[in-house]
Amino acid sequence: MTPRAAPGRTIAWTLLFLGGVVMVTPFIYMLATSFKTNVEVYQLSLLPRSPTLANYAQLIGASGFPRWFANSLLIAALTTASVLFFDSLVGYALAKFDFRGRRLVFVAVLSTLMIPTEMLVLPWYIMSKTFGWLDTYWGLLFPGLMTGFGTFLMKQFFEGVPDELIDAARVDGWSEWRIWLEVAMPLVTPALSALAIFTFLGNWTAFLWPLIVINDRDLYTLPVGLASFSSEFQTEWEIVMTGASIATVPALLVFIALQKYIIRGIMLAGLKG
Amino acid sequence: MNNVRLLAAVFVAAIGLAGAARAQTVEIEYWQYTFAQRVQAIDELIKRFEAVNPGIKVKHTHVPYDDYRLKVAAAVPAGQGPDVAQLFYGWLNDYLKAKLLQPLPVQEFSPAEIEREFFPLVREMKVDGQYYALPTAVRSLALFWNRKLLQEAGYDPLKPPQSLDELVEMARKITRRDASGNLTQVGIALDMGGQDHHWLREVLIRQMGGRPYSDDKKKVAYNTDAGVKATQWYVDLVSSHKVSQFGFLTNAVTAFRSGKAGFTIDGSFRLAALDGQAGLEYSVGELPAHEGKRFNFASYWVNGVTPKATGPKRDAAFKFLKFITTSEAMELWLEKVGELPARSAVATDVKIKSHPKYGPFVRALAYSEATFFVDETGQRKIFIDMVDRVTLKNQPVAASVAEAAAEEQKLLDGFFNR
Amino acid sequence: MPNADRRLSLTQKRALSAWAFLALPIVFYVSIRFYPAIDAFFISLTDWNILGQRRFIGVDNYWRMAADPVFWKVMVNTFLYLVVGVGVSLPLGFVIAYYLDRVERGHALLRGLYFLPHITTAVAMAWVWRWFYQPVPVGLFNDILVSLDLPQQPFLRSTEQALYAVLAPAIWAGLGFQVVVFLAGLKAIPRTYYEAAEIDGAGAWRTLFEITLPQLRATIVFLVVVSSIAFLRIFDYVYAMTSGQGGPLDATKPLVLRIFETAFGRFDMGYAAAQTVVLFVLLLAISLLQLRLLRAR
Repeated sequence: MTPRAAPGRTIAWTLLFLGGVVMVTPFIYMLATSFKTNVEVYQLSLLPRSPTLANYAQLIGASGFPRWFANSLLIAALTTASVLFFDSLVGYALAKFDFRGRRLVFVAVLSTLMIPTEMLVLPWYIMSKTFGWLDTYWGLLFPGLMTGFGTFLMKQFFEGVPDELIDAARVDGWSEWRIWLEVAMPLVTPALSALAIFTFLGNWTAFLWPLIVINDRDLYTLPVGLASFSSEFQTEWEIVMTGASIATVPALLVFIALQKYIIRGIMLAGLKG
Repeated sequence: MNNVRLLAAVFVAAIGLAGAARAQTVEIEYWQYTFAQRVQAIDELIKRFEAVNPGIKVKHTHVPYDDYRLKVAAAVPAGQGPDVAQLFYGWLNDYLKAKLLQPLPVQEFSPAEIEREFFPLVREMKVDGQYYALPTAVRSLALFWNRKLLQEAGYDPLKPPQSLDELVEMARKITRRDASGNLTQVGIALDMGGQDHHWLREVLIRQMGGRPYSDDKKKVAYNTDAGVKATQWYVDLVSSHKVSQFGFLTNAVTAFRSGKAGFTIDGSFRLAALDGQAGLEYSVGELPAHEGKRFNFASYWVNGVTPKATGPKRDAAFKFLKFITTSEAMELWLEKVGELPARSAVATDVKIKSHPKYGPFVRALAYSEATFFVDETGQRKIFIDMVDRVTLKNQPVAASVAEAAAEEQKLLDGFFNR
Repeated sequence: MPNADRRLSLTQKRALSAWAFLALPIVFYVSIRFYPAIDAFFISLTDWNILGQRRFIGVDNYWRMAADPVFWKVMVNTFLYLVVGVGVSLPLGFVIAYYLDRVERGHALLRGLYFLPHITTAVAMAWVWRWFYQPVPVGLFNDILVSLDLPQQPFLRSTEQALYAVLAPAIWAGLGFQVVVFLAGLKAIPRTYYEAAEIDGAGAWRTLFEITLPQLRATIVFLVVVSSIAFLRIFDYVYAMTSGQGGPLDATKPLVLRIFETAFGRFDMGYAAAQTVVLFVLLLAISLLQLRLLRAR
């Protein structure tokens, strides 16, 4: 705030900016390459001299990209909705109800954070096979319906909701469901939006399970499509980069649009964590 | 010609339509791994097949190469997945042990006819007198060279090296360095993870007078002077002749494609991708000889029917299998995928044998060997590591070869003593 | 007495509501998390190639692991990923957040630049990094080294450097997350603390060590746990940058890649499951240890 600090500030700003530019260099490189022809891609300039949209046209026209895109969007959205609902439900129950076994349930849910997905994939596969969930949207969805992380986060936030408010609503004769939904939930919207964004981004890039449960190319999600695609076109570097750009840009737009909420949500998480 | 075929198809389809109300359609599923040209070829074959078999629909599923084995192996026992599947010839034993394949019915696939018509390598698909699978195509290796770079180095761009010594000599002239001695253009693009491990295993070791495995395939046989000499020769390209660098431009295909490598060793399936590269002028020839000896490595993918296909599906599945192993299908496969027809009569057709790009691959089939892989991924890694130990850890070649041989023997023992 | 009854029933009613809230989630956690985990444990006691029958072999897979040199190599690698990954990315994330917190002009833009790598897919970015690590004239890093008159480095083609070369993009991708979390933690520190420190005449360093860092305790616990788990499970970048090999000579192979190749490359399901059990035990131990160490006042 003092004028004395001004030059230091300018230096800090410049360094931060340069650091930021370094951070996005690979990203810019990816985008730039996606506009190159297959001759220019091996020349060493960063920016394409004669930019072309041909790679995008080839991808959108001849591959499953639009469909994979829609699948990813659907799966990420449904998973996010489910996670928001159930994680806040469980988080609330653990934060605001006193009952025998509460600690056990909390520890159990938290312990799922430590079970690596790699360990579960095989049994999940056998399960999906038994119940006919292979090659279905449900098969993609079911492992991620709830998360230990989200439950933990929501519990921390609900603990910050004053008991007096809840007790007052109880005195008024509100049902527990209504109290949860109409009293507690509105007080934790920052946490909800943070959780929504994390879940969405996490599912947008989910790879291992979709790879295993889906054979039908029409049901591929974007990362799986991208991987199949990069093994198919592994020597066509400009096409791989175009696919990568298509996969990344939507997440980027979501981030730009919601950046404010992410920070606000985590600010409270940092406090409660 | 095409019109006649089209007319016939329309005619058959019309009849089919008329009967469609009565006849129930059988749907079968075909699986292979994802590779643009293979996918297009099968799509086209399915179209033709369905046109003449109106009661059968074929669903085409393709799976990324890296996951293909897992997916087939996991799906079939579950009653899911393919009725007809493509598999690498080296996997046959695994598949049979797991009961993933039905034998081909003798009436329609006579063993005598198969042996008369197909290349002898196909005999590996016969177990206890019964055939279990048939290939559409076979593949071998060839030397690819960049004509422009040969010319720049003062060579006739149409005359490839005939021997390993010539290869080294030419590669040396093609190699370029910048002022501080860093490679900017390699004589030959090398990639142990690509096709080079086949080249070393089945070609170089034999050319140095050895053999990779015993005749019964149960014993590793390259832990000899020949094995050491072959490995030494290969490693020398990088360490003493300095005409290459592992990982130059990430991998051999990219290096060659970008026009920064004089030579590379690859398969005919690479032709389509290279043809699509603007500005690349390349030719293909047989692998260089050594002391007059030539060898090559051949491999193939076969089609088999899984136990999932029963009743009418089984009939449809074998009908489809038969269709995709006809001469017609093979010609289409060659044209679209660049892999050679598995029927020797088709492959040795003068038109193909003298073709500038397919010719070298076809001619090589006469002296090709197919490795009996028990674990292709594992065996490839053993070779990658064998070379890496020498180049990265300065292990003496003989010691590294001995270590690799011991490791691979353990793999083979694990398979044969199971 | 009737009074006591009513109180009891009220408590019971609350408990009942709680269980009603938890009913479906409990079914989920039991059937989709715990049952498969237990199943995986049982698979680890069998010899099973996914095609045939499971054959019970007791703890043989664990003995095999103990005698497997690659497994131990992989454990060392995993440990390095964890220690170096957390050790580099947390301090770096803090320093960036610390200065970013004081910036007002273009704050959102700068923050966005640092967070952006976090939302990219590893498959795609690994390709870019592979090119950056190339020798001259293609590789950016070697171009820079050479222009500074320094010798070229082999990076991914070296058994000594490859692990760090693969770790760098993983740190790069995770850094934005840490910066954002640190920023949140910094913003949550009440201004009055700083004002009090200023009145006391405390310098920047003293303020940092006596106010900022202690106040960030919760944030640091959270980040250490989350990023330890992430580095312990590193896979995407290694897989994509080494063509699935974890090479050269297993120099970059982490535990999860080893599990992946054992399960899906060799169909050695029992052995793979045994390795997942080890991963599980590690995650558990590290998490508990960290929570205990950092929670203790």
